[in-house]
Amino acid sequence: MTKIIPVGPYHPLQEEPEFFQLHVDGENVTDIDITIGYNHRGIEKLSEARTFDQSAFLVERVCGICSTSHPFAFVQAVEDIGKIEVPERALYIRSIVGELERIHSHLLWLGLAGHFLGYNTIWMWAWKCRETVIDILELISGNRQNYAMFKVGGVRRDIDDNDIPHYLKLLDEVVPALNLFRGAVTDDPVIRARLVGVGVLSREEAVSYAAVGPTARASGIAIDVRKDEPYAAYDRIEWEIIVTENGDVYDKVILRVLEMLESVKIARQCLENLPGGEIDANVKEIPPGEGIGRHEAPRGEVLHYVLSDGSNMPVRHKIRAPSFQNVPTNKVAAVGETISDAAIVLAAVDPCYCCTERIAVIDTGGDRRAACGDELIRLSQEKTRRIARRMGREIK
Amino acid sequence: MTALLFYVQASVAAAIIGLITSWYDRKLTARIQWRVGPPFLQPFFDFLKLLGKETIVPAAASRTTFIFAPLFGLASVGVVAAILMKQAFYPGTSFVGDLIVVIYFLAMPPAATIIGGFASGNPLASTGASREMKLILAYELPFILAIITAIIKTGTIEIGQIVSFQAANGSLALSLSGALALAVGFICMQAKLGFVPFDMAEAETEIMAGTFIEYSGPLLAALKLTKFMMFTVMPCFLITLFMGGFSSGIIPGLLKYIVLVTLVVLVKNTNPRLRIDQAVRFFWGPVTGIAIAAIVLAFCGY
Repeated sequence: MTKIIPVGPYHPLQEEPEFFQLHVDGENVTDIDITIGYNHRGIEKLSEARTFDQSAFLVERVCGICSTSHPFAFVQAVEDIGKIEVPERALYIRSIVGELERIHSHLLWLGLAGHFLGYNTIWMWAWKCRETVIDILELISGNRQNYAMFKVGGVRRDIDDNDIPHYLKLLDEVVPALNLFRGAVTDDPVIRARLVGVGVLSREEAVSYAAVGPTARASGIAIDVRKDEPYAAYDRIEWEIIVTENGDVYDKVILRVLEMLESVKIARQCLENLPGGEIDANVKEIPPGEGIGRHEAPRGEVLHYVLSDGSNMPVRHKIRAPSFQNVPTNKVAAVGETISDAAIVLAAVDPCYCCTERIAVIDTGGDRRAACGDELIRLSQEKTRRIARRMGREIK
Repeated sequence: MTALLFYVQASVAAAIIGLITSWYDRKLTARIQWRVGPPFLQPFFDFLKLLGKETIVPAAASRTTFIFAPLFGLASVGVVAAILMKQAFYPGTSFVGDLIVVIYFLAMPPAATIIGGFASGNPLASTGASREMKLILAYELPFILAIITAIIKTGTIEIGQIVSFQAANGSLALSLSGALALAVGFICMQAKLGFVPFDMAEAETEIMAGTFIEYSGPLLAALKLTKFMMFTVMPCFLITLFMGGFSSGIIPGLLKYIVLVTLVVLVKNTNPRLRIDQAVRFFWGPVTGIAIAAIVLAFCGY
C-alpha cells in the first residue's frame, strides 16, 4: 500500500515553504513529487524597475543565507556589459566577503544537517563557531547578513589595513573548530552508519541533472566557477577544488567541511596580500548590451543575465540559482531510500528555495486560465461563505 | 484503600521527580550545547500550560482509543513507581513475582503510544507507531535477558530479595555478568525512554513527532508526563536491580540516580539518530549477544 508522507509546505525539516510528497511503501520511498512556487516574489520583474545600483541592493535580498552571491554575480554581469575594469583592491575584498560567506553558509548547513539527524549538539556547536565568521563579516561590512558590500565597479566599504591582523586572528580561531567537525564526522561510527552510501548521486546522474556546486563535486565532478572561469581574486592566489568521489551524503558533508578549510585559506591569502589603491571604478554609465555574471555561491554556480538598453535600468534581468538544478537530483538520490534517509538526502543538496522560486503553473489537463486579483478575492469570499454555511453561521 | 493512596502518592512523587529530572536533562543538554538552559520551574510551567490548552481530537481518529491510550500509559508507569517506591521506603513489603509485574507494566507506556498513534489516523503517527513497535520488538529481548541475569545471580523473582541479596553480597554491577547486564539494561533504557539515538518513533525532522503529532492539551501533557516518569522509574529500576537499590541511604541512592541520568543525557547528546533497521540490527546483534554472554557468565558464577 502506498501512502503519501508530506514534507512541506511547512515542515520542521525545511526552513522555507516547498512541498515534497514522498510516496512511501512501509518505510521505503518509491517516488517523490517536488513542488515549489510558494514564495515567488517577482524579483526579476522588480529589478527591471530599478537602477543598476538599486538592483544590487535588491538582489541581495534574493537569499538570506548566501546574501552576497547574488550581488556578486549581478555586478559582474553589469561590468560585463560595460567591460568595466574593477580596481585590484576591490577584487580582493570581493573574494574575502565571498569566502567568508561560504564558510558561514556551510557551517549553517552543517548545523542543520546535524539537527536533521537528531544530533543537536553538532547543530549548536556549528552555529556557535559560525558566530565568529559572522563577527568578521560584521566588522568588515557593518552587517551580520546582507552586507551591502557590492556595487557596480567596486565595493562600497574598504577594509582598514590596521584591522587585518585582528581578522586573521579571528579566522585562526575558526580552524580548530572546523578540524573538530572533520574529526567528529569521520570518527563517529554512528554518523558513518547513517550517512555512508545513503542518497548516492552517481557521476552520470549528476551530469544529466546538470548538478552544480558541492552536489556535483561530491559526485566526482571538478566543477567550480572560481577555477573554470576565474573572477575577482581567485586566479591570483593558491587554492584547490575539493572533490570527493562517492556522491553520498557522507561525501557531501566531508566535502563541505574541507571546502570551509579551503575558504579559510583563500580568505587568509586575500587578507595578507591585499593590494593598495582605489576600491571603486566610479562607473557613470552602462552602455547598451548584454552581460553574464557567474559566481560560485556556497551551493553552486549562480548566474545572472542582464540586458541593458543604455538607460540606468536593466531591460531584462534573469537569475538562475544553483538549487534550481540541485533540487531535482533528489528524484534519483532520495527514491529507494527509507523515510529517515530521505530526510537527510533532501537536506544534503543544501536547498535554497527563495533563490530558486519560479511561478508554478499547474497543469490540470484542460481548463487553463489565469486568475487575477479580483477573481481570487471572489473565490476566497465564496469559500468563506461555504465554510460558514457548513458551520451553521451566516456572513452578510 | 491505603494501597490506592500509596499508588497516588507514588505517582505524584514520580511525576515531580520526573519533571525535575527533565529540567536537569534540559539544563545539562543546554550546557553541553553552549546554551544557557531553562530556569528550574520551566518543566512545571510547560506542564501546567499544556493542561490549560484545548484538546483536539481529529475527525479521523478512533475517539475512545485516542483519548484513553495516554491515560493508560500514565497509570501503568504509576504502578511501577508505586512498587519500586514501596520497596525503597518499606523494605520487606514486596511480593513474590513483583519483578514480573514491573516488566509488564514497563512495557505499557510504549504500547500506549503505539495505540494512540494508530488511533489518531494520521499517516505520520502510524509511521511513528510502526517504528515504535519494531523498536519494542528489538529491545525487549535483550532487556529481559539482562533481567534474567539478575534473577540467576540472586535466585529470586522478588525485588525485595534481590535488594537484600545485594545488601549482603555487594551490588550485582560489581560482578562481571552483572556489569554486562547493567550495560545492556542501560542501552535498552535509552530506547525505552525514546531518546537519541533511538528516538525514531518521534523523529521531529522526519515525521514531526510521529506518534505525538495529533495530541494536544491535557492528553499531550499526560504523554509528556509519562515520558518524564519513565525517566525517573527506569534508572530507579536499574539501580534496584543491579546497583544495590536505595537501601544504603538517601545520598548514595541519589548519587547513583544522578550518575545514570547524566549518562543517559550524555549519550543522547553525542549521537545522531539511528535508522529503525539499524536499531533493530543493533539490539538483536551485539546487545543480545552481550546479554547472552552475561547469562552464561552468571551460570558459571562470575
